[in-house]
Amino acid sequence: MTLDRRNFMKAALGGSAAAAAAVSLAPNPALARDNKQMPPKALGLLFDSTLCIGCKACVKSCKEANGMPAEFSTPDKLWDTPLDLSGKTLNVIKSYAEGTSDVKDREGNGYAFVKKSCLHCVDPSCVSACPVTAMSKDPETGIVGYDPDKCIGCRYCVAACPFGVPRFQYDTATPRIQKCQLCKHLLPEGKFAACAEVCPTGATLFGPVELLKAEASRRLELEAGSAAVYPRGNIESPFPSHEKPAPEYKKRIYGEKEIGGTQMMLLAGMSFGKLGYPDLPEQSFAAKSESLQHGLYGGMILPLVALAGLAYAAKRTVGTGSGEKGE
Amino acid sequence: MKAQPIGGRLVSPVTLVLSVLVLLAAFFGAQRFLFGFNSVANINDGYPWGIWIAWDVVIGTGLACGGYALALLIYIANKSQYHPLMRPALLASVFGYTLGGISVIFDLGRYWNFWHILFPTYQQYGSVMVEVALCVAAYIIVLWIEFSPVLCEKLGLPGLKKFTDKWMFLIIALGILLPTMHQSSLGSLLIVYGAQISPLWQTLFLPLLFLISAVAMGYAVVVFEACTSTAGFKRKIDHELPLIASLSKIMAYLLVAFIVIRLGDIVVRGAFGSMFTEGVKSFMFWVEMTLFALPVAMLLSPGVKRDAKIYFLAACSMLLAAVLYRIDAYLVGYDTGPGWHYFPAVPEIMITIGIVAFEILGYIYFVRFFPVLPGQGSDQTH
Repeated sequence: MTLDRRNFMKAALGGSAAAAAAVSLAPNPALARDNKQMPPKALGLLFDSTLCIGCKACVKSCKEANGMPAEFSTPDKLWDTPLDLSGKTLNVIKSYAEGTSDVKDREGNGYAFVKKSCLHCVDPSCVSACPVTAMSKDPETGIVGYDPDKCIGCRYCVAACPFGVPRFQYDTATPRIQKCQLCKHLLPEGKFAACAEVCPTGATLFGPVELLKAEASRRLELEAGSAAVYPRGNIESPFPSHEKPAPEYKKRIYGEKEIGGTQMMLLAGMSFGKLGYPDLPEQSFAAKSESLQHGLYGGMILPLVALAGLAYAAKRTVGTGSGEKGE
Repeated sequence: MKAQPIGGRLVSPVTLVLSVLVLLAAFFGAQRFLFGFNSVANINDGYPWGIWIAWDVVIGTGLACGGYALALLIYIANKSQYHPLMRPALLASVFGYTLGGISVIFDLGRYWNFWHILFPTYQQYGSVMVEVALCVAAYIIVLWIEFSPVLCEKLGLPGLKKFTDKWMFLIIALGILLPTMHQSSLGSLLIVYGAQISPLWQTLFLPLLFLISAVAMGYAVVVFEACTSTAGFKRKIDHELPLIASLSKIMAYLLVAFIVIRLGDIVVRGAFGSMFTEGVKSFMFWVEMTLFALPVAMLLSPGVKRDAKIYFLAACSMLLAAVLYRIDAYLVGYDTGPGWHYFPAVPEIMITIGIVAFEILGYIYFVRFFPVLPGQGSDQTH
């Protein structure tokens, strides 16, 4: 037989034409969505790498506050020594070291410390990915929380997070996702994030994102070497503050714009890339993915139109076909 | 050429080996449920999705697109001459999808909650996975209904057959819409990964590229099955050769579209350099593209003398290309930061192999005892 090319194109793409066209053209602009906005009472953390002395008090207090087990990485198994976030560790301090590691917060022959924990994105990929609302963003505080009772354990959140934050428990028959939830269970008691509470230098500071952002901007304007005062604990009701000459900051608040902003922000004296925080675009990946998805399936309009067209075509061929039906 | 059971014995060296593979998979599967993923698999927080997703679901359902791709031709383009190929293709689709769906249970850490994804009170409609899960689940049911006339003929249930015949046009329409939706969404799943996927694969065209390659996989699989089942069951291929020839040609045109869109998109996005600068990823990209281009050369260039062997080889190349495209998009092109590695563990691979073995066993059982393959008269061996 000879192939009629026009008919073939109709066949191969006919039924899916609507869907395919919508993919190739811009998704329906009415259904496209922008980045989500910062919640009204957003809470977060400000981590200032130049203040961090690497004492890891925050790592220990996090474990206590959240009832997480120790994690051993030395042969004698005496100390809780997590090397990275994991199914047992929600917060970890990592170090950067280069060459002779002489000077703190310097890239060449220098060293620095950095905190790894959930950034509580304004428009989180994990929440967008989660098929069963087990990952959710609190509409008031913006805290990204996890509900194991809903979770199916698909690990789409683990894969989607651009910061590698949600972790899964691969060593048990009843695994859960683990991630920092900003000690939301302590907030009703009038307490706040355990990592910020114990930080001796104010490197990790807790509070409303708006205030933290203003504090970050204030620090970036300090003249290097000038005497500076740093609040500790909770920015709204700080402990006695910590004084120290201002460092030379990189003029950038990490988390201000990255994938639509995050509620944990970072300051540092060196490039954030060196500290394991990648450069990311301002459009959130969640907005990108959901715009496409809602453009195709919003209101199920396109699929229903396609179904009607396909049913019509199939009725015609099944009805008048060779008599062989239904396979 | 009415479809007939080909008969023969069920117990043979092939089916015995397949059964052993299924049992091995069951053993390792039990381990996974008792002791967690670490006891059998190498998936980790850097590569939380391994071959149980990339192969069992993403590739497995792609390879099961024969029924979908043929339905497009037969019922939408009204090419009824392809009808004899429909039942075997549908059988492979029924098994591919059913097993793909069931194998998800192995991969769900909290599998006892799996039903949440089908319930509106839990569903999160921004998640591409919800759409995939719903469409795959619905399509598995649709496939069994589409296949039910075969069961009805064998089991003698004319009443049921009459009923399904009446509504078959709607079932067929669903049987085209649903795979169109979820096969494209298997590409969309990766969009939320953002910059973690190399620009060689990450694009808003992922759904279109996954869809085109899935339909092409459908035709390739039909050609592959027609060739292997004629060889395996010692049947003649003469009846089917003209159909195989025209299907192969359709597949080649789809591949041309795929290659043009893919390369055009990469250039327009300014990712041209990534084709050469990303080491293993660039290399895999070229292997993939070569395998996609080979069937085009074999099937469309005027100088090639085309026989069953060429069609078979072209189909194999196409299948390898589409398999690799999916593995690359999900695993090779995925980089979540330094220090992470993934290669499947032996028990992890054995579970996947066991699932495939179970599919093949089911296929053999059904073609022997149910009217699936087109009848051929006296030249069958029993």
